[in-house]
Amino acid sequence: MKLATSLNGVTYRFTGIPDVLAKANEPKAGDRLQGIAAHTASERVAAKVVLSELTVGDITENPTVPFEQDEVTRVNWEGLNQAGYQAKKNMTIGELREWVLDHKTTPDELKRSGRSFIGEVAAAVAKIMTAMDLVYAASKFHYTTHCRTEIGQPGTLSYRCQPNSTTDDPDAILLGVMEGLSFGCGDACIGINPVNDDAANTKRIADPLFEFMCKWEVPTQLVVLSHVTTQMEALRRGAPLSMVFQSIAGTQPANDDFGVNKALLEEAYELARTQGTCQGANLLYFETGQGSEVSIGRDCGVDEMTLEARTYGFGRYFRPFMVNNVTGFIGPETIYDGKEMIRGNLEDHFMGKFLGLPMGMAPCWTNHTSITMDDQQMATMLLAMAGSNYFMGVPLADDVMLAYQDTSYHDDATLRELLGRTPAPEFHQWMMSLGLMDERGILTERAGDGSVFLK
Amino acid sequence: MNEQELRSLVQSTLAQMMSEPAFQQEPVGGPAGAARPSGAATVDPGEIPDIRAVDYRQVYAVPNPANPEGFQRIKATTWARLGQGRSGPRYTTAAVLRFLADNATAMDAVFNDVSPELIQRLGLFSVQTVCQSRDDFLTYPDKGAQFDPAVLAEIKAKCQPNPQVQVFVTDGLSSTAVEANVPDLLPAFQQGLKLKGLTMGTPFFVKYGRVRSMEPISEALGATVTCVLVGERPGLATAESLSAYLAYQAKVGMSEALRTCLSNIHKEGTNAAEAGAHLAELAAEMIRQKASGIDLQTT
Repeated sequence: MKLATSLNGVTYRFTGIPDVLAKANEPKAGDRLQGIAAHTASERVAAKVVLSELTVGDITENPTVPFEQDEVTRVNWEGLNQAGYQAKKNMTIGELREWVLDHKTTPDELKRSGRSFIGEVAAAVAKIMTAMDLVYAASKFHYTTHCRTEIGQPGTLSYRCQPNSTTDDPDAILLGVMEGLSFGCGDACIGINPVNDDAANTKRIADPLFEFMCKWEVPTQLVVLSHVTTQMEALRRGAPLSMVFQSIAGTQPANDDFGVNKALLEEAYELARTQGTCQGANLLYFETGQGSEVSIGRDCGVDEMTLEARTYGFGRYFRPFMVNNVTGFIGPETIYDGKEMIRGNLEDHFMGKFLGLPMGMAPCWTNHTSITMDDQQMATMLLAMAGSNYFMGVPLADDVMLAYQDTSYHDDATLRELLGRTPAPEFHQWMMSLGLMDERGILTERAGDGSVFLK
Repeated sequence: MNEQELRSLVQSTLAQMMSEPAFQQEPVGGPAGAARPSGAATVDPGEIPDIRAVDYRQVYAVPNPANPEGFQRIKATTWARLGQGRSGPRYTTAAVLRFLADNATAMDAVFNDVSPELIQRLGLFSVQTVCQSRDDFLTYPDKGAQFDPAVLAEIKAKCQPNPQVQVFVTDGLSSTAVEANVPDLLPAFQQGLKLKGLTMGTPFFVKYGRVRSMEPISEALGATVTCVLVGERPGLATAESLSAYLAYQAKVGMSEALRTCLSNIHKEGTNAAEAGAHLAELAAEMIRQKASGIDLQTT
């Protein structure tokens, strides 16, 4: 394994794989905050050159955080299919990039390789890919998952309906759900972030939504995004949850801060399987995002993109129904501007899919950065082209509870129309039966009127 | 048809086309009698009403809704942008302009400085953390809690030592929040303390400060209670929200849990004068109990 190269006669020598990975990263505020980013454009490219010559085996055998000290590293390793890994371990990262992009590499082969690599390998290959590489490679293959309904089929595009309330008001939430559904948003799930994180409140939010879903026979899943332990307690008290949500991160110290670990997630899965309302094989929902570790000082010296890929390697182990990033949610100390946000989202989407995850996306922004609605919409269109399974749906892009901006009901309908996608099949039939959508997935005249459900 | 015939057909068609009015060469200035831009618009001295003054909870732009009464009644109770209509699958012009106006208001609150005239009018002197610029402040959060030794010396020289309650103001993530609330809050706070028989130390302003800037300031001045008034990260609903963080004998590196916070200070939340009185109560209680944050017993 070589850790040095020259460009224009100038030698660049790196201290180890974590240093190569960090310096090969496209510019990111979180890496600058940690003081691990490349100092010059040439140093960045030199790191990419060195990275391209490392093998899958070099990186897999030398994880960025030691195996003994970190559960995320261990779960990445335990998630591997050894035969798949052995078949690819002598490939260089440069060769792996070309294998992924090659016309001869079929979608089935890409899907079969979902457990051949750990997070660091996914990050490495993405670091030598350009924006169009990332979109093209990810567009080649799809993952379907099954909770109550099935999402992720080719030709479909789904949404989480997310009308949060600043007071957890069930009426206001339900009104937002009605409007979202009338725009065709909500086939991935109806998912509410609560203000108050307690089991009684989780159940109080879920009950009327479930009643509505039953009355109108809405073919979707229901989730309340309180802490995993809160949802587990709510399930024990009979809350009608379809699946269990949790934010996860790329180091054990960060997961400790989030109050989550492997054993707890396995327990949550079992509880959702036996006490939840759904019979599918995929019963967990994860949220991730570049910069979450550095923002709480739990990055272990590793760059934010590599940590994001390690997070996917951790999440993969639990066969989630859905996974989405929220890169852009934290602020300019981790993702500085629109360019970093767009690039980060394209990386996340590819890395997650490459590691076998059913990736959704939440390109988003806060008001203390230079990111604007235009940046976010550009990211969204590229990600839809790349084959993202789902996006969020927030009334007019403004999440009044979490105080950030995400994709809107309107964006959701527009993306389907732009790319000729339909909702998940059962949901599509349901929309057509209500006269809200045509067979091509385009809204009818009647769509966008939430009051059709006020009967 | 041979080539000759084809050519003559094309020529006759062309001739016919060129005789059509659309293809006639007109003298410069356009055809006689045709309308032309006069450049003589009259400017109405009035102005277009402020779109930020519209209460969008009352705006219901869905054409022919199935059940308007029921929808409108619940919609009026939430700031969620529901029932704003659509143009095809996209936003209406009014909805997108309002969103952009709200976003611009929030960004201006973050990126603009608190007016130096206002700081002067409040009788505050001004110091700066180690941040060199707004950008430096936003991208290196730790720097917003650090001061050069010379600045700490200046604070010590200008302030009354060992105050019972040290108050200072910092821009944080919203200069607008400072400008909208501090002028009413600070006198109310001071008056409230006086009624409790307590004194406020010398208040001042910190540029590019975070909540944790209270720690070195408390240590430098030997304050019993320190209170920082800081602009909150603006949402789209309001950019005017201010927070107050208080701690008993704040120390560098203290636990987050030992701070008491009063957030949401703005005219739609807790108004500034009310907040000032409430903060005086809180400070007095901290001095009485010698505690703050989770250690403070609330009644």
